Amino acid sequence: MIKLKVNGRDVSVDADADTPLLWVIRDEIGLMGTKFGCGIGMCGACTVHVGGQATRSCITPLSAVAGASVTTIEGLDETDSHPVQEAWRELRVPQCGYCQSGQIMQAAALLKDIPDPSDDDIDAVMTGNLCRCMTYLRIRKAVRRAAATNREANSNV
Amino acid sequence: MIKKIIFGLLTFVVVALIGFAIYAHEPEIAPIANVDRSQFTAETVAKGRVLAAAGYCATCHTAEDGALYAGNYPVETGFGTLYSTNITPDPEFGIGNWSEEAFLRAMHDGVDREGRHLFPAFPYDHFTKMSDDDVGAIYAYIMSEVEPVPSDQKSNELLFPMDRRFLQAGWKLLFVNFSRFEAVAEQSTEWNRGAYLVEGVTHCGACHTPRNVLGAEKKSEHFAGATIDQWIAPALTAENASAIHWSASDFSNFLKIGGTRNHGVAVGPMGPVVHAGVRQLPDSDLKAIGVYLAERAGAPARDDVNSEILKASLAKGKPQKSHRWDQGARLYAEACASCHYNAAQIALSRPDLGINSATRLAEPGNLLHVILDGVGNEDGLAGIVMPGFRDAFNDEEVAAIAAYLRSSRTDKAAWTDLSGKVAAIRAGRTAAQ
Repeated sequence: MIKLKVNGRDVSVDADADTPLLWVIRDEIGLMGTKFGCGIGMCGACTVHVGGQATRSCITPLSAVAGASVTTIEGLDETDSHPVQEAWRELRVPQCGYCQSGQIMQAAALLKDIPDPSDDDIDAVMTGNLCRCMTYLRIRKAVRRAAATNREANSNV
Repeated sequence: MIKKIIFGLLTFVVVALIGFAIYAHEPEIAPIANVDRSQFTAETVAKGRVLAAAGYCATCHTAEDGALYAGNYPVETGFGTLYSTNITPDPEFGIGNWSEEAFLRAMHDGVDREGRHLFPAFPYDHFTKMSDDDVGAIYAYIMSEVEPVPSDQKSNELLFPMDRRFLQAGWKLLFVNFSRFEAVAEQSTEWNRGAYLVEGVTHCGACHTPRNVLGAEKKSEHFAGATIDQWIAPALTAENASAIHWSASDFSNFLKIGGTRNHGVAVGPMGPVVHAGVRQLPDSDLKAIGVYLAERAGAPARDDVNSEILKASLAKGKPQKSHRWDQGARLYAEACASCHYNAAQIALSRPDLGINSATRLAEPGNLLHVILDGVGNEDGLAGIVMPGFRDAFNDEEVAAIAAYLRSSRTDKAAWTDLSGKVAAIRAGRTAAQ
């Protein structure tokens, strides 16, 4: 039994220690928002947060996250209205949508560490999140929009 | 004449052997029936618990999936494999019938209760520096709180003659200074406390000081850095490979939380040193360790010098067009930059690889280990992990990333035979140099 926190909830998982976190999240816990893309950490579709840090769940073994706190797209915001999610909807970013939960989780982590990213910063951090529909320009725009929303929220405090 | 010489030589050898045997002989200390636990105060037991953690005793005295302190952890040495002993208070298989005197002798002199010399994989050359009180506290803790486990020690697999215990007396004669720690008058109380802990219980030199052909720490190269279990324990001197010099607070923070903003995280053999142990020392002790290590490592650079180094490193990490033609740059952009990228400031959880010792050491082992196997929650900073790319990248791809980082982020000479070294670490063996 390996214990960890998923979206604030304590869970005990009875699976092999080397099971990728992605399959624990999807098959054992039943949260389907996190997607399988390449399986080798090269496309970003499986991105979740571990300790607030964007992490590729397909190559992260269960043993590595024992005792850690994992957040999936379902747990990013209680009402699904994280500034990145809002920007995604407003700008109609997704086309097929397969990569978007990974994109959103990556972007949310980016903005936490780099609140006002330049286009170069966005490109550097988001290059590992592939979008087969080529919505990259809208993704970049949405990241900038979410950063602006955060800035406004902070200046109103 | 020749007969006489031979006879003379033989006599000399026999006398020398007898003399050595007498010298090497240590008496047995009588077993005790049971330990009177009521003699230990709660404070002593608590102190022993912290000191046992600070010496990370459990790391070597616990096998993978084995019971705590029940031994059989394999220690790979240049002379074969030996298995750690059961130090639970089990009277038959552990140290349950050891008096405090016997425990003290083992820690201070490297001799077990029966009078046998212990092998120096057990760092008694450090523990000999510890005070009787501190050793006694560890004894009190083990006898009071550790669960007795009736499990036998596996046989050591050491090469002859290194497996001969009486010969260890010669090793001790050559290399060990059996004496308690002596304070250095011209240094502060804090420095001395740090020195006492570092040279004694936390035995940092056991990994960070290179060893001679007989496996003893080279006193003339104190903290010069060494190889351990295919990892590199970096120098704790001015020669440390990190671009940003370690300050006293860097050392103490690193030992408390498992990483610093400018030096990366504790991983590999250093992971358990922090997480199974040293961090449980009170803040005042961690601060003292920092003061001592920083003094050993020399004066830190000025803040303005450091900020120039950081600025330059962050600039080198900006996206570059080289990913269009360089495989390493492309793989780095796709697999690594999502976390290892910083804008104007380095975030604690986003180590900058240009200033990290792993990228700057003479050998690539530490960097390759981390690319292959990542950083689990039991290493580094609590709650933050890095995935391992063992099954994602082949040897050439891992090598390409390492070569890209070395050439684009540092001014150091290129590493040689990178693919071969990746393969060796992947297979768990030492690369041919």
